[in-house]
Amino acid sequence: MQMPAPNAEILANRPAVLSRLRDTLPKGAVISDPAELKAYECDALSAYRQTPLGVCLASSTEEVAAVLKICHEMDVPVVPRGAGTSLAGGSMPTADSIILGVAKMSDVLEIDTANRVVHVQTGITNLAVTGAVQGEGFFYAPDPSSQLACAIAGNIAMNSGGAHCLKYGVTTNNLLGVRLVLMDGSVLTLGGPHLSEGGLDLLGLICGSEGQLGVVTEAWLRIIASPEGARPILMGFESSEVAGACVADIIREGVLPVALEFMDGPAIAACEAFAKAGYPLDAEALLIVEVEGSPAEIDSQLARIKAIAERHNPLTIRESRSEAESLAIWKGRKSAFGAMGQISDYMCLDGTIPVGELPRVLRRISEMSEQFGLKVANIFHAGDGNMHPLILFNANKPGDLELCERFGAEILKLCVEVGGCLTGEHGVGVEKRDLMGVQFSSVDLAQQMAVKDVFDPKWLLNAAKVFPLSASADRLRAQETAA
Amino acid sequence: MNTETTSTDTMSTDTMNTETLAQTPVAALQPADEAELAALIAEAAASGTALEIIGGGSKRGIGKPVAASQRLSSAALTGITLYEPGALTLVAKAGTPLATIEAALLAENQRLPFEPMDYRPLLGSAGTEPTLGGMVAANVCGPRRIQAGACRDSLIGVRFVNGRGACIKSGGRVMKNVTGYDLVKLMAGSYGTLGVLSEASFKLLPRPESVETLILHGLDEAAAVAVLCEALGSPFDVTGAAHLPGETPRTLIRVEGFADSTAYRAGQLRDRLAHHAHAEIASDADSNAALWRSVRDVEPFAGQSGAVWRLSLKPTDGPKVVAQIRTKREAQALYDWGGGLVWLLTSDLEDAGAEQIRAAAAQVGGDASLIRASEPLRMRVPTFPPQAPMIAKLTAGLRAQFDPAGILNPGRMG
Repeated sequence: MQMPAPNAEILANRPAVLSRLRDTLPKGAVISDPAELKAYECDALSAYRQTPLGVCLASSTEEVAAVLKICHEMDVPVVPRGAGTSLAGGSMPTADSIILGVAKMSDVLEIDTANRVVHVQTGITNLAVTGAVQGEGFFYAPDPSSQLACAIAGNIAMNSGGAHCLKYGVTTNNLLGVRLVLMDGSVLTLGGPHLSEGGLDLLGLICGSEGQLGVVTEAWLRIIASPEGARPILMGFESSEVAGACVADIIREGVLPVALEFMDGPAIAACEAFAKAGYPLDAEALLIVEVEGSPAEIDSQLARIKAIAERHNPLTIRESRSEAESLAIWKGRKSAFGAMGQISDYMCLDGTIPVGELPRVLRRISEMSEQFGLKVANIFHAGDGNMHPLILFNANKPGDLELCERFGAEILKLCVEVGGCLTGEHGVGVEKRDLMGVQFSSVDLAQQMAVKDVFDPKWLLNAAKVFPLSASADRLRAQETAA
Repeated sequence: MNTETTSTDTMSTDTMNTETLAQTPVAALQPADEAELAALIAEAAASGTALEIIGGGSKRGIGKPVAASQRLSSAALTGITLYEPGALTLVAKAGTPLATIEAALLAENQRLPFEPMDYRPLLGSAGTEPTLGGMVAANVCGPRRIQAGACRDSLIGVRFVNGRGACIKSGGRVMKNVTGYDLVKLMAGSYGTLGVLSEASFKLLPRPESVETLILHGLDEAAAVAVLCEALGSPFDVTGAAHLPGETPRTLIRVEGFADSTAYRAGQLRDRLAHHAHAEIASDADSNAALWRSVRDVEPFAGQSGAVWRLSLKPTDGPKVVAQIRTKREAQALYDWGGGLVWLLTSDLEDAGAEQIRAAAAQVGGDASLIRASEPLRMRVPTFPPQAPMIAKLTAGLRAQFDPAGILNPGRMG
């Protein structure tokens, strides 16, 4: 993975940049000590590291605007950062960049249950949003696995999903408005506490733009009344083909579960060893299906699902009978990445495929696993086609990471080939940047880059991400020339 | 490629006292495929020929009338490209009639989640055939927006030709996709001003087995919205929340799903709301369809003359804003989205209340769009909500990138 060579002039200008930032921000908000900077040299894609020029931790929209204005004037690249949990290197710095963190901005500004909206600063964690409203019977729906740690800022930047988006949608479907600071320091509000209309959907464009168009400091999020209850059912099958057919039947019969999760044999084994959730170790494919409602509604929906599953000769069907059992079942799934991490180093992919292609794609992945000599465990949001193949490798073995990267790239190409995409919820970041040409034509990419030209003409904001370096080179060069 | 001569007279309304601008009939270009569409647009860009982009023409009365000597129609770009019921996915060409799509979905017991409004009764465009592309371009939605979102929320991919004549794709046919910028959202509701759609992909939902609606009688507007907020704040997954004022006001709350579940939830809601008013429950399919079509299509205003506004607000602000407007002028209101969407019918004299209505909405941070008005009025009064300067600047910047020659529906979103 290559990053553009840092701009030597900016590196040389470091003392002046830091001094202007220090003069503007409160004491302690600018970090430049090498030991302290270490914490910011990577995000959750920890295979790639780079120490930034410095770090600013803002406490207000005004401070965010001030940092951006200074960096804009001094032509210094800026990398926005929420909680630093990106799996795609979305907040990985370059050596000549300032990291602008919003993690200190974590206030809930207003809770309005009558209008079902909460107004927050974006440094707040995903789970804390639900925490702020659950006492009044509401929740915030998108639930990425990192929800305990990840910030709303990053959720908006990456348009994060989660296990429950089959029913409730992803971030963009639950975002009503943002306060946005552009690279030149100007501040604007898009949308607000209601379903606003009229004009181009700039809010929809900002969500998922990976921090390249502006820095989001506040958000209005839709909250939803919590269901009376929810309960999962576990179903083990002899093959992924059979599990896939069962998923299609559940959907076709009109049952809309809130979550429909799939795991293959290796993932089942790792998660069971970690969470002791009673996952069936003899199954090659496991489905976790969760439904919501009153106890009677849950019983009735689970009965329908069981009847469908019985047609596919399941090895196991186990309905959760208690809150503790439900938690254990979800603990296994939500800690899947951690469980795999205890076994081996791994790389987590995030491609999406049309759900009908699951058996074919899993077969191909298994063949490639043989070819590359690296093991794979598959976890999959089966309702919406979002796959999470985890490729196991040994970080201490020379060449293994590179091998793993090549394998990963082949899997993502396969996802695109069968009609899917490179990333369903993690974002492109640096990780999949150079694969964008597999999914998009140069004309498609030029149209997207033209959008960045409008919001950030100097290409200073999180610039070496999303687009292949070869494609964005002209724009980056133009920015350097301007500097 | 076909050309078709249509008189703009067929688009005028029969329910409004419309002063029609003198316009000569123009020939509509009808490219047969995306390549032909791209070639036509490239040619128009080179010659600086402004194009009026048109699907079926059912929503042609929305927005500022487009001054263009040439019309470009998607009518020949038709057909369902892919429909996979087991994956809840449909892809179709932009000119495909919405009726064709809905019939195909009905056969598989599925539907578009967002309950697209049929604008024909309100705009008096009977005889036109709404298309998929027009629905996307106007980001059409309906009462279910509060639960399932608008067209933009189910739209998972587009193909379009920009104002340079380049074919662009964004998104695809899978539900979860964050690969690259979300130009899909940008295209939804852009009224053909950034590009001409050639294909669109959607996420679908199963049709529910049962629909039930609570009907509460006699509530005033403020009380009705309070009831709707309470219902929407309940765990019972309300998919419609509307209030139809008038001499016999009715407040409607809808639940959908399996029959045992809707019966339970409707009963729970009736009990919880009993302290406001007694609710009767409509359970049969036909009366539910009629009730919600009436809300969705704003039927109470369809046969009445006057200007129609669409206000989006925080639900609890809805009745307050309407009350404030009524201190200045007479207006009938219809509330959807729990009070967050207010349809307003008022006199179309002078500015049709633009200044008063927009001021009242702006005071609480809301928007007001002029949806139905005569051509001269729409030439005079901005139909879309006025934008803050920074947003206007970004919008202009995007237009310059997508359509540098300014040939696609110029001025339509004014």
